[in-house]
This record gives sequence, C-alpha cells and structure tokens, in this order.
Amino acid sequence: MENLIEIKNLHASIDGKEILKGIDLTVKPGEVHAIMGPNGSGKSTLSNVLVGHPAYTVTEGEIIYKGENLLALSPEERSHAGIFLSFQYPVEISGVSMTNFMRAAINAKREALGQPAMSAADFLKLMRDKRALVNLDSKLANRSVNEGFSGGEKKRNEIFQMAMLEPTLSILDETDSGLDIDALRIVAEGVNKLKRPETSTIVITHYQRLLDYIKPDIVHVLYNGKIVKTAGPELALELEERGYDWIKNPQ
Amino acid sequence: MNNEKEYISIFEQHRSLIDGPCAPLLNTHRDAAFKKFAAQGFPSTKDEAYRRTAVDKLFATDYGMNINRIAAPVNPHDVFTCDVPNLSTRQEFIVNDSYFKNERNKNTLPEGVLIGSLNEYATTHSELLAPYYNTLACEGDSIAQFNTSFAQDGLLIYIPRRVAIEETIQLVTLLQSNIELMSNRRILVVLEEGAKANLLICDHSSGNKHSLSTQVIEIFIKENASLNLFELEETNSNNSRISQLYVKQHANSTFNNCNITLINGLTRNSTQVTLAGEGAETNLTGLAICDKEQHTDNYTIVDHKVGHCKSSELYKYVLDEHSTGVFTGKMLIRQDAQQTVSQQTNRNLCLTKCAHMYAQPQLEIYADDVKCSHGSTVGQLDENALFYMQQRGIPIDEARHLLMYAFAGEVIENITIDALRERLHILVEKRFRGELNRCKGCALCKQ
Repeated sequence: MENLIEIKNLHASIDGKEILKGIDLTVKPGEVHAIMGPNGSGKSTLSNVLVGHPAYTVTEGEIIYKGENLLALSPEERSHAGIFLSFQYPVEISGVSMTNFMRAAINAKREALGQPAMSAADFLKLMRDKRALVNLDSKLANRSVNEGFSGGEKKRNEIFQMAMLEPTLSILDETDSGLDIDALRIVAEGVNKLKRPETSTIVITHYQRLLDYIKPDIVHVLYNGKIVKTAGPELALELEERGYDWIKNPQ
Repeated sequence: MNNEKEYISIFEQHRSLIDGPCAPLLNTHRDAAFKKFAAQGFPSTKDEAYRRTAVDKLFATDYGMNINRIAAPVNPHDVFTCDVPNLSTRQEFIVNDSYFKNERNKNTLPEGVLIGSLNEYATTHSELLAPYYNTLACEGDSIAQFNTSFAQDGLLIYIPRRVAIEETIQLVTLLQSNIELMSNRRILVVLEEGAKANLLICDHSSGNKHSLSTQVIEIFIKENASLNLFELEETNSNNSRISQLYVKQHANSTFNNCNITLINGLTRNSTQVTLAGEGAETNLTGLAICDKEQHTDNYTIVDHKVGHCKSSELYKYVLDEHSTGVFTGKMLIRQDAQQTVSQQTNRNLCLTKCAHMYAQPQLEIYADDVKCSHGSTVGQLDENALFYMQQRGIPIDEARHLLMYAFAGEVIENITIDALRERLHILVEKRFRGELNRCKGCALCKQ
C-alpha cells in the first residue's frame, strides 16, 4: 500500500535551536500512530512542522504527503490537502463567531477543490449534525471561536472542527490534556466515529489513558528530537508502567 | 503665525459681505470670536492638544470661500443617493456651507419642532436660539473662534419638550467645487426636557480638488432628554476635516455618539461633553479605518461637573500602510463629581511598521468617591489566531480580514439603528477588502 505520509530525516529548529534531529516516520492509509515521549522531546514541534507553523524552520530532510512535497505547501494548502491539527492549546478568536469561522474554512476548502460554496441551509445542517457528534452545545457554536470555552469545550470544539473538515490525516496534539474522564471519552469516541478506512491519525500523548479509547497500531517514542523506539500498542502499556527513564538511559 | 494673516485680512476687508446675508444673532458673535482667533492664530503642533495634527498647515492652501453666498453648484438629489437600504430617514443637506432645503421631506414634523437652515431660524427665532448659539463654542480653541467668525449657515434642530422624533434625521454634508474650497458650517441642536432624537451626519466630498471643512456642532440635551448621534465620514484623500462637537447635558439626559471615519484625508474630530446635571450619561464610541497617508485624530474631553453621572468611551483604530491615528481621551472628574462612573477603552491595530498610533488616555480626578478606569493598547493582528485559521484552511488574507472585521465590529455593534448597523458591517468589510475606494452612494465620487 502506498504511504500517506513519509517523513525522512527531518531536522527542524526554532529561533536557531534545533529541536528535531532526524525524524523518520511513515504512516500508511488507515493507520493510527501514537507518538509518546517525555516533556521537551519535540512532540509538539513535530506536529507544528507538519502543519507549517511559520515559527519553525526545517533545516534538513523532507516530508512526502500523498506523493507530494508537503514542505512546499502553505499552511492553508496543507489543510485543503486534508491535514488537520487538533491544537494542544486552541486559540481564542474574539469577535469571530464559530459559524463564520467554520463557513470561511469550509468554503475555502471547497474553493481550493474547485467546488461551489455551500448553501447557508446545507452549511447549518452540517454544523448541527457534526455538533451532535461531540455533544457541543449549540450556544457555543454561536459564540466567538473558543472564547469563554472551558478546557473540555475547547477540545470538543477541536474534534467538532475535525468532523466538519473531514481530514485524511489528523494530528491530535495532547488532545487528552485538561480533560476529565467523561470529556476524554466523548472526545475519543468522536475521533473513533470519524475514522474511515483510508484516514490516518497521529496521536501525540503523554499517557496511556487516551490510547485505551483510540487504539494505536504503532507506538513511537520520541526523545531528544529523534524516534528512539517503535513497537506495537504494548509499548504504550510498558511506558505507563516503567516511565521513560529506561529509554533515556538504556542499560 | 503666517497662514492666519490672509484670513485676518479677508475678515477685515469683507466683513460687510460676511454679515450681509446673515442673521444678527450670528453676526453679533463674530467680533469677540475674531478677536480671539486673531490673537491666538491657528493651533500648531506646539499646542498640546494638536501635537500630532498640524492643522495650521492645512490653511496654507489658497482656498476659495463662499462669502458671497453663491448658490450651491449642485442639486444634492442629483449627486447623492443614500446607499443604506431600508433606512428611512428625514434627509437634510448642507452643500458646501449652505443649507439646502429638501422639498422631498413630506412628513409633517410635530408641533414646535424646527429643522432647517440655521441662518433662517436665527432670524425668525432669534430669541429662542440666543441662549444657545455659540454659548459652548465661545470657550473653544481658535478653530472654534475661526468658525464663529466666518460661519454663515448650517443646520438647526430644535425639539420641544417631550417630543420624540421617531424618524432618524439624516444630515448629509456635501463638498463639491471646481476650485480648492473651504467650508465653515455650523450645526446647533437643542433637545428640550424629555425630547428624543436620532441624528445621523454623513460627510461626503468630491475628490478632484483639495477641500477643507471646519464644522462646529453645539448640542444641548436637557433633563431626561436623549440623543443618539452617528457620524460617518466618507470623504477622500484630498479632504481635510476639522470638526468640533460641544455637548452640554443636563440631569438624567443621555447622549450616545458613534463616530466612524471610513474614508478620509486628514481628520480632526474633537468632542467635548460637559455633564452638568446629575444622572446624565454619555457614551462615546469611535472607529477609524485608515490607509495610505490618511490621518485621523479623535480628541475627547468628558467633563464631569456634578456627581452621579456615567461616561464611557470606546475608540478603535485600524491603521494600514503609512496612516496615522491619534487619540486623546481626557476624563475630568471635578471635586463635586462624587459617585462618578467613568470608563475608557482605546484599542489600536497597526497593520504595518509604517503606521503610527499616538494614544493619550488622561484621567484627572479631583473627587474621592468615584469608579474610573482606562486602558489603551496598540498591537498587531494575533499571529496565533491567524495561524489557527490558516490551519483550518482559511487563506491568510481572508484570516486577516476576519480578524480586522471582528476588531471593528465591536464599535459598529453600538449603532442602535438596525439598517445602518447592518450596512456599516458591510461597508467596513468592503473597506478592508479594498473594494471601497470610493463611496457607492455618492454620485460625486463616481465621477
């Protein structure tokens, strides 16, 4: 099967400081990969580089996504190509309603794909249907983007947006952080319902608990800017039990 | 003190021409005003209140002045159609510096209401207007004195006790001339006890020649009366506007002001509100959208003379390219003004490194039992928000527009006339998209 995304020898830095020091990672269509690792290992940098955050500079290596050079695409083009990041810290955008925000996003994607803009009625129906998926209150949809949302509501709002945009590759950056167990379940169930055979997910997390719900096919450990270990789902359980020290200081 | 010399000699030589067509009430104020103007000259950047706006230089151009009262060169109906759909207003016009009687106003006004030429009413109702005309502006700076010296006409609105005018009164000021033109217009608004009105002033001008307008608005709001004043400037880069608004509020009166500078050249709006009766409330809001070399200066003073009054200010600027914004917000809480609640906010977006914002919030508090706050920020569009939107597929330009539009929207939301508010949302959005280089409603601009 052809690879969905292939990351080869990726080096990236921020403010001149190298964070990623040669990442190799291949995700095939339909796979769920978990990336775990201690604080400061480069997990969030990897997700930011994948979506083209301007603060990060790729200094070496390449990323091939759907057979094309991903690094040549702008952040919005990557989004149109089906890459979605569930932000660790979703941004509050005062004065921009969720509805206007989502409409702009949906229609920008449709335009990029050569499709006509969605009618107001169709759009509102889509909003309603997808909201139900993550139990997002209709009142929140009328508010400014993420403004005044609780931590759990913000994360549910991320998954709601994911549902709206139907990405091919979803990157969940610590989507479990700040969630209580019920919210975690709702968010994870939302992600699972959105899973289609051809779509892939990269789950970045510190903890096993999210992986109880979103079952990974492959688990990687990122440490000091490199993937130092790759194995099946049993690796996550082992990390939960033993911590990261055995990886940091191999005997 | 150079540019004023010419105007001093014009005034001295043509005094009889200036006085000739005018009501004695207007003429009696000229001597004292002219004396003050001649002594002070035009304000320069050495004056604290004008530090960032060199108004004296604006008068260097050799403008024509219509002292001879030559009839307006255009019929405003031929060149202006209001482009606010569903906005039903009573339209009044000042073309250059002359009141233009709008024969299309069919609705009969309630008894005692006067809306029309200031000069005519100053003749026919001089006793009624005498207690008001130039009683606030006489304390003003030399621009006010200049205007009083030269102004020959303008608009009067007089609303008697307990009369509420439902229909929005819309004053359209049009500047059009084949030569460089100066217009000095005057507006007087009196709301007696319990009266209510909405006034919308739309300032337009044609773009061919440099034009300069000085405008003095005096407003008296008596006990329990309320006035909503919306001002919208859609002029052009050749236009300079120096507007002075003086408001005196009595007990339990309300004044809401929203001043929007949508397209301009150089603008200086000064607003001075005196809260002279307990329980009075004033809410000032303003929005300036500038690009190119445009310059907008909003200078506000709210004078809390007595206790138990409320005032609020919200001014926002969006500055692109080489434009300049200036904001001064002075809140003066006098010793007797206990229990004052006063709050001021000024937020500014500088979209380029060449745009400049000068903000000066000033609190002067002499009372000890008050609740006052102020805040001012200058910043750029939120990079994190921009990236978040890009990640969702919104192109960067569109993301910037959404943020700018959201920023400006907070001010527009204060407009209580639905049709006008909705139209302004659209106009502002178009402005940000660069689709509004000329205003749509004004045929002058389509030339």
